[in-house]
Amino acid sequence: MTPAWIRNGYMVLIALFLAAPLVVVAGVSVNAKKTLLFPPEGFSLSWYAEIFTENEWRSALFASVGLAAFSAALAVTIAMPLAWFLWRRVAPWARVFQFLGIAPFLLPPVITALGFLSFWATAGFYGEPWTAVISHAIFFVTLPLVTLSLGFASIDRSLVEAAATMGADDRRVFRTVVIPLITPYLVSGYAFAFVLSLNEYIVSYMTVGFTLETLPIKIFNALRYGYTPTMASVSIFFVVIAAAVFGLVARYGDLPRLLGAWSSEDK
Amino acid sequence: MRREPARSLSDHLPVIFPALMLLVFFVIPFSIMIAVSFFQREQGGFYTTDFVFSNYERFLSAFFGGVLGFSLLLAASVAACCVALAFPFTYFLTCRTRRVQIAWLVGLLSVLSLSEVIIGFAWSTLFSRTAGISNLFVALGLMDQPTALLPGFGAVLTGMVYQALPYTILVLYPALVRLEPTLLEASRTLGASPLRGFFNIVIPALRNTIVATLIMVFVFALGSYLLPQILGRPQHWTLSVLITDQAIYQSNMPFAAAMAVFLVLISLALVGLTLLVGGRKDLTA
Repeated sequence: MTPAWIRNGYMVLIALFLAAPLVVVAGVSVNAKKTLLFPPEGFSLSWYAEIFTENEWRSALFASVGLAAFSAALAVTIAMPLAWFLWRRVAPWARVFQFLGIAPFLLPPVITALGFLSFWATAGFYGEPWTAVISHAIFFVTLPLVTLSLGFASIDRSLVEAAATMGADDRRVFRTVVIPLITPYLVSGYAFAFVLSLNEYIVSYMTVGFTLETLPIKIFNALRYGYTPTMASVSIFFVVIAAAVFGLVARYGDLPRLLGAWSSEDK
Repeated sequence: MRREPARSLSDHLPVIFPALMLLVFFVIPFSIMIAVSFFQREQGGFYTTDFVFSNYERFLSAFFGGVLGFSLLLAASVAACCVALAFPFTYFLTCRTRRVQIAWLVGLLSVLSLSEVIIGFAWSTLFSRTAGISNLFVALGLMDQPTALLPGFGAVLTGMVYQALPYTILVLYPALVRLEPTLLEASRTLGASPLRGFFNIVIPALRNTIVATLIMVFVFALGSYLLPQILGRPQHWTLSVLITDQAIYQSNMPFAAAMAVFLVLISLALVGLTLLVGGRKDLTA
């Protein structure tokens, strides 16, 4: 083992690097006046209130949350039957669809975004809000697909076999055995897709950038015209949402296993 | 219940919806984009069906070469910095208790999911004159007066390392957390110092993982498009920025599509290389 002070010191340095910009943004978000100052002068939470009271910020927030909620739901709806099929059936050709589900995540996002832009423009639906829902669902389908595949891999097949021997058909096995075991993975897949969709910029910008202002688009547009403290408060608001969602996933699921470690029981 | 091949139509039913969705909304858009890259551009932002290579010929210009060279250099620097910073960190992290690891993972995921807009805004604040880190240096007596540290290459690189670092750690995490602890214990028993054990055991055992991670972070960094705009000057714009600019502001879809196809080819070649490297048997697997 490396000396403890080196290990701890190094981890603290990385923590500082990761936290520094957020600490400064949290600081400027509570300035009493509309200034970009750190340490803050005075203390005020009015910029947090403005997210909900100012019309433009509120509608951007609703647009983002709606988009994230629907697109994550659609992503899970696409991923669930595919992951189940890959687990239940011997079908090497279905791996093609697994690859297609993972591809958007591996390529630089601007490519997927441009693909959607040309697709919706050709189809004549460019700018319709629902096109962003479908685009995000495809873009983030990787996340539920990966968590669900991990979940299915962790199901003990003898449980399923026992149910089948006792006379349960596929549908009943699915309802009574598979669903309860897979739910934590389903929820984490939804959570990952939800948070990432909330923060996504380029795909929303290229599909509905001129008709629907999501929060990241709103922040970027506001940034061009200079600084308003609401950007800072909304950024911190987003960090808190992400930390809360991932904290819940960690609380009710096995986060290290979702991220590739062996599960706690294996150790 | 064993895995069985799907035979009847009803066996195939569940896969139809996901397959259709992926074909219609991923494969078709992708194909349209490839097709558009061969179309002829017309004045006023329109394009006509055609089969020309003129969009690809524009790659030969010095301007494009400069942007491409800068994008690759920037992505390579980000990948090198991230892996160098993340590898020891991830190694130390995996030595911790599960509780500490989970707390860190939640934090890392939260930073990773942050919008590029927010990261750009946060670093532009940290580098600003009035609220930035230079005020701290002034307070410590290292600087005479606060200055703005952006726009510039340093700011772009810092922002992009910040964006990619949690990703790097999470890519390295599975390999490091599964590393046989007995390997290191054996080296300790034989009298190797911890540092020597790290360089002679851990790094060689994970050489393929490190190479694969470098490539994955490189591709990840290639996709950054807002940070160069927020933290840099126009000469720091990357291929991703240029694609967006051509598609939205110059209304030149064919050229944007041609550049995107080019970027896909680079990324696919690199991802293929990763699979090749990862496919070789790792000591940890």
